[in-house]
Amino acid sequence: MAAATARNHAGVEVRMEALSRRYGPVVALNELNLTMAPGELVALLGPSGCGKTTALRLVAGLEEANSGRVVFGGKDVTDLPASKRDVGMVFQAYSLFPHMTAIQNVAFGLTLRRKTPEERRRRAGEMLELVGLSGFADRYASQLSGGQQQRVALARALAIEPTVLLLDEPLSALDAKVRSRLRDEIRRVQLEIGITTLFVTHDQEEALAIADRVGVMQSGHLEQLGPPTEIYSRPATPFVAEFVGLTNRLAGVVKGGEVEVRGTRLPLVKADTSDGPAIALVRPETVSLVVDGDTVPGPLVGTVIATAFLGATSRVTVDMGDATVLAQMPTSDAGALTAGTRVRLVLRKDPVLIARDEKASTDA
Amino acid sequence: MNRSRRLKLRIFRIVVLVLMGAFFLMPIGAMLEFSTRGNSLASPRTLAAWSQIAQTPGLVKGIVISLQLAVITSLGMLVLLLPTMVWVRLRLPQISRIVEFICLLPLTVPAIALVVGLKPLYIWININVTPSVLALAFAYLILVLPYTYRSLDAGLAAIDLKTLSEAARSLGAGWGTVMWRIVIPNMPSAILNASLLSVALVLGEYTVANLLNFQNLQVEIAYVGLVNAGTSIAVAVGALLLAFILLMVLTLVGGRLQQHNYIPGQRA
Repeated sequence: MAAATARNHAGVEVRMEALSRRYGPVVALNELNLTMAPGELVALLGPSGCGKTTALRLVAGLEEANSGRVVFGGKDVTDLPASKRDVGMVFQAYSLFPHMTAIQNVAFGLTLRRKTPEERRRRAGEMLELVGLSGFADRYASQLSGGQQQRVALARALAIEPTVLLLDEPLSALDAKVRSRLRDEIRRVQLEIGITTLFVTHDQEEALAIADRVGVMQSGHLEQLGPPTEIYSRPATPFVAEFVGLTNRLAGVVKGGEVEVRGTRLPLVKADTSDGPAIALVRPETVSLVVDGDTVPGPLVGTVIATAFLGATSRVTVDMGDATVLAQMPTSDAGALTAGTRVRLVLRKDPVLIARDEKASTDA
Repeated sequence: MNRSRRLKLRIFRIVVLVLMGAFFLMPIGAMLEFSTRGNSLASPRTLAAWSQIAQTPGLVKGIVISLQLAVITSLGMLVLLLPTMVWVRLRLPQISRIVEFICLLPLTVPAIALVVGLKPLYIWININVTPSVLALAFAYLILVLPYTYRSLDAGLAAIDLKTLSEAARSLGAGWGTVMWRIVIPNMPSAILNASLLSVALVLGEYTVANLLNFQNLQVEIAYVGLVNAGTSIAVAVGALLLAFILLMVLTLVGGRLQQHNYIPGQRA
């Protein structure tokens, strides 16, 4: 169905060059440099106020940059208004025009491009089919669910065959199930069309699941840009390590390119880390819990205080006396770990990142 | 809500409707009665006063002028105020309070004070631009500002203006298209209400026109009233009925347009 209707869109390279935006004294975006390969989906991830939406709005032309350039396929579009940039955008808020039906919404951009009525009808129909809403063409926005509205908005954005697709937290208003389904659908459509896409979200799971590369932002700049696996397993900074996924903050000592945490020597992500006391950022899934009777008090022995069932996996919270540690494991292995159970921790020797601050506890 | 409470609410609504209806209709009824009264109390009913309307040139001219002024004022108000309010909401929200203050200011200025201020301007307009009575539309634009501002403001607040306009712009729409194809169709009731208020205010305006020496409908009615009270009352009733019919038509049209925007309980 969709394969027949979608057009193979040769995506273009999108570059943001030293892009900056200030609001009075506040620097929302600080010299952002980001190059997106043709057909690539890049997710910008970060907490509220990190500048991710500002970056997207600058690419869309809805905000004016104080300095820097936006380049689509070698063409500088920095000074072009939003209406001339040829971008398709899906917004966080429902943005369907309430006085138009779904098909009229999808055809709106085509009307502005002076397509013939027949062409508009055909293309809008194709796009609705692409997002699986052919049967809803004559419904108004008020007659569609939130997920359906966002799918129509996606169809509307794609109908004009834009150079770039911009998604500004399009799933955040939806419930978890619809969200996950629509996320997969967006990715399917994006791959099918091959359009270069910038996806902004504060949901790490969403970003890691959908993107070719994830850019983690903080205070107006990119902390790290890389494939989801790299962002998760080899975070470049403590902020990335702590923002993406859960992290245990365990006190240790860096010495000779390793960090010693509670008697276990772990390799470092950055081998050139200077020696001295440090906080090791350890992922919960690299922590195993052993119940084998060997629970003689020691640095790696603690007591289970809670077990959270997460479906296929479970998260166990262990009180170590001077710290609390999270461990994540298959639910089948966590069955015996009820509150009060004495356990021994085993730290897997994955490279860890070092944070140089005073706080040593668990950041859940 | 239980049955007896619903019944009480219904009775309350009917009572309010009857009382309000009586409050508004009784004076009109009295005017109608007066305008069809013969020369003495014993004389039969007559439409002589009504038939004289067409034979009183000043009145016909006044009706035409007031209708022209109503149309010019309504359109002028929409052309000036709506884009300004949209622009302020989208681009300059920090001055929205100032704009609101300016728009509501005419409410606090007595008509006589307004005329004193406008008189020199109208002398200049009379000499350098046009002596036409239609120039009154400038003054009327100021007079209708507070009422139309409130109506349009409520309409704009009811839609997600920022998202809708940005969505349209990202699809290639310029600002003109955003206004014409997105903003206006999404606030038909507010626009119709604002227009109605303008029309009603212009059709009933006397003070400014009289003090600036222009002859509109109300000024003509006052003149005719000096020589033929019956005809002047007939015209006044006619103007009221015209405003009432306009209100009904605009409400019906507005309701029909609004139906597209929200159909409750039909989520898929």
